[in-house]
Amino acid sequence: MTAATYDLGTLHGGLRLSAHKSAATANPIYEVPVPGQLILPIAQHVGDPAQPIVGIGERVLKGQLIAESEGSLSAPIHASSSGKIVAIERWPISRRNGDPGPCIVLETDGEDRPIERWEEAPPYDTLAPDVLLQMILQGGIVGLGGAVFPTAQKLMQANTCELEYLILNGVECEPYISCDDVLMREHAAEVVGGAQILLHALGLDICYIAVESDKPEALHKLTDVLNEISDERIVLKQVPSIYPSGGEDQLVQLVTNREVPSGGLPTDIGCLVQNVATAAAIYDWIEKHEPLISRITTITGDGIPMAMNVRARVGTTVADVVNFAGGYTESAKQLIIGGPMTGRSVTTDRVPLVKATNCVLVMSETPSPGPEMPCIRCGDCAAVCPVQLLPQQLFWYACADDEKNMRSYGLTDCIECGCCDLVCPSHIPLTADFRKAKGRIREQADEKARAERARRRFEARNERLERDEQERKEELDQQKAAAKKGGAAAIAEILKRKKKQDED
Amino acid sequence: MEFKHNEAPYLAPRAQVSSIMQQVLLALIPAALAHIWFFGPGFIFNLLIAATFCAAGEAAMMKIRRRDVRTALSDYSALVTAALLAFALPSLTPWWVTATGALFGVVVAKHLYGGLGFNIFNPAMAGYVVILVAFPMHLNLWIAPRMGDIDYQYLTIIESLRYTLTGNLPELLNFDAVSRATPLDAMQSGLNNARTVDEVLTLPIMGDFGGRGWEWIANLIALGGIWLLIKKIIRWQIPVGVAIGLMFPATIMYMIEPGSNPGPGFHLFSGASMLCAFFIATDPVSAATSPKGRIIYGAGIGLLIYAIRTWGSYADGVAFSVLIMNMAVPAIDYMTQPHIVGHNEGSEPS
Amino acid sequence: MTAISIAVLTLAAIALIAGLALSFASGRLPASDDNLVDQVNELLPQTQCAQCGYPGCRPYAKAIATEGAAINLCPPGGDDTVSRLAELLGREPMPLVEAAPVGRSVAVIDEALCIGCTHCRNACPVDAIVGAHQLMHTIISSECTGCELCIAPCPVDCISLRRVA
Repeated sequence: MTAATYDLGTLHGGLRLSAHKSAATANPIYEVPVPGQLILPIAQHVGDPAQPIVGIGERVLKGQLIAESEGSLSAPIHASSSGKIVAIERWPISRRNGDPGPCIVLETDGEDRPIERWEEAPPYDTLAPDVLLQMILQGGIVGLGGAVFPTAQKLMQANTCELEYLILNGVECEPYISCDDVLMREHAAEVVGGAQILLHALGLDICYIAVESDKPEALHKLTDVLNEISDERIVLKQVPSIYPSGGEDQLVQLVTNREVPSGGLPTDIGCLVQNVATAAAIYDWIEKHEPLISRITTITGDGIPMAMNVRARVGTTVADVVNFAGGYTESAKQLIIGGPMTGRSVTTDRVPLVKATNCVLVMSETPSPGPEMPCIRCGDCAAVCPVQLLPQQLFWYACADDEKNMRSYGLTDCIECGCCDLVCPSHIPLTADFRKAKGRIREQADEKARAERARRRFEARNERLERDEQERKEELDQQKAAAKKGGAAAIAEILKRKKKQDED
Repeated sequence: MEFKHNEAPYLAPRAQVSSIMQQVLLALIPAALAHIWFFGPGFIFNLLIAATFCAAGEAAMMKIRRRDVRTALSDYSALVTAALLAFALPSLTPWWVTATGALFGVVVAKHLYGGLGFNIFNPAMAGYVVILVAFPMHLNLWIAPRMGDIDYQYLTIIESLRYTLTGNLPELLNFDAVSRATPLDAMQSGLNNARTVDEVLTLPIMGDFGGRGWEWIANLIALGGIWLLIKKIIRWQIPVGVAIGLMFPATIMYMIEPGSNPGPGFHLFSGASMLCAFFIATDPVSAATSPKGRIIYGAGIGLLIYAIRTWGSYADGVAFSVLIMNMAVPAIDYMTQPHIVGHNEGSEPS
Repeated sequence: MTAISIAVLTLAAIALIAGLALSFASGRLPASDDNLVDQVNELLPQTQCAQCGYPGCRPYAKAIATEGAAINLCPPGGDDTVSRLAELLGREPMPLVEAAPVGRSVAVIDEALCIGCTHCRNACPVDAIVGAHQLMHTIISSECTGCELCIAPCPVDCISLRRVA
């Protein structure tokens, strides 16, 4: 193994979790056939939802733009296969845990005809970075590690900062999920190609690809590709298999030994992080003109007979994918999109796979931990917190709704990784409580801002009334002075004028 | 197919309050057996009485507070309080003394402050202090440890039981015949009578480095404590803090005047120092919560134990030290918040 | 006996000194009245609805700080504001004289009925109503505090409250 593990920073806390990944990674990536119907939500990314530009009944081709990006933070959506648009309506989506959201419904025609390719674009390394970034925007590329932040905008923001390192996140520390692992095994060349494109777009010359040390095949494949292309700018780094070392801020700390400032971004300290799948998607778009219309997803859990990784078109419903994977077993009691620590449970399998769907976890019921006990201040939660918070204190202040102390103890820095939940002997749902507390803090901040605005408007109004009063007084004084000077005739004139005004 | 919605995480949690408490009790078993061997079956009676009254007090308070009784009892925390109290009391203790301590500890020091997780003071120590203040005579009734060469009248089990239930010794025996000074008692009175440390150490009550019998118990408690450390039930900061806080001034004073100051080893293995370091001070609810804070908390307890033993009028100062440091915990926690990742010196949190 | 008298005298002396020091310190806080009025005003919700009986939040804050007005007269502030005021001023928190409204509401003008009389516009304490004489009026919802002062003056009753949160 040539991957180096030297000069890594250290991560406080974290947990070693049982991986549950070997069942899925034992199989190759299976291709899910294009289903009869594709459901494409218009909000598959952070920021404003895309605006549909197709009408009902319109025929579209695979890869055709069907919703364009709207506003400064958005991404376009492309048709995942050829067919006819049959509806633009609300449909259950995973982002809302199964509640409906606006979607474009595409009935496929089975032919899967791609849109014509443009003439060969000039090689990417001859393009200026902003041109390249515009191209990336048009590909619908968003962060595929789960955050789905529009990649082009992230890169544009990064270009305004002083950068030193590009870091590709192949860590995938959460149990059950293995889509990035198999991507690196079977498509290592695309990952490295994407790294090269990113290095050009950012004007950087160092890229670290970080992979967990429990992924020897992926490390091996990447090493082979790197040896082949001998690009010295790209270095492979192993990180220990501790959850949550794959979080963006945590990974930056591990690889560069720098702390991302609270409320800040990795670009503030010279680093840009991209998931390996995002890099591969960029390569596919720029080099092969394939927009983001499919992704690799892990289908696993004891509710599925055989765990596997699949490549499915964006818009395939979970029901279709589970069917392909062999249907449900008797233990299928929970449907979770994402991993067991940070995923969300959805109420129906009619939700479509979207760009963010890295894992479909069908599980039996989580064993009930028993009633919630009071906090015994054992401090185990503080020992595992990767951000070095004191969850026991945060919990205390959250119960007291003490906004000031919650902020000063760092509630807004909580990454909601779930480590504290797992170790708490009193079974307090800490992560859920902190999420609610964060919402409450935001609410209070909003109220305060509104009160401040009202106060200023009130004071401005008082000033306006005073000014009016002042002006009226001056006018009156002037009139009085003029009347005195003018004598009785002038007074009579004024009275006549006033009478006429009243009559009007 | 439809499913229910739950909140993350979806993995089974690993720990339980009851299993933590059970491990603590298990770790105490070797020391308990040694205690019974050396000091007779009185320990068992004390334990039973303390456990009964602790459990009854807890159940009654939960009823009055309209909470679920079964949950409170099944976390074994009342049992741990009872066990620590039983270790702290002499094996010949009338039942009403034990009961007072147990009830005060559980009802006043624990439930009147809000129950598990909300008590500021260590319940076992609070109960012990009440006994110390209300029944000082009974806490002097330490019997001699079973060592072949000490001239001693042993009580049978029945006689022990009779004493526990009625407070009466068998006829023909009086307190003086039965009780002996503890090693700490002996050291304190010996030093007060202008003997040197070495002379006091030659008393038959003294063992190799603690007191006869006592040092065995202290060793087994230390072993139990190390087992808890390995199992990660307790963390190293508090025991190390107590040890340093106790041994540091002891070493200095011993080096200055070895004649009138016993050495650090004596302090560590006598009295309840080991029990305090591993089992009493580590009570998570009443101890400090940040890692640095725990070291300070432990060191404070150790220092106070040394101070009370050397310059105070009590032979052993564990209970008072713990209670005083319990009072300091909020301040310690406030002053020792760890560095949050991403928060730099002088920058405002967002 | 002398030992006891020495102990008693020492303790009494310490108590006397400590008491004097404390009263000296407490006399020093809070700082000038103006500062306190600002601090109290910060805690009020700035609805400017005059339900407390004072013509706006700042006058009420002044009354609380300088004239000892009751701190439980502000329904929009809710019980939270009462307890925060109590903490700031060292007074007993009391239940509100009138229950706090549930949720947040804004006023809405039914444009079809508006006759452009400007009575409501003049009544709004935060100038959230836009409109000129004889021309239709409208309320800027993002600036409306829900104080209800515009509802009464309207001669055609075209203003209603709508819950937004």
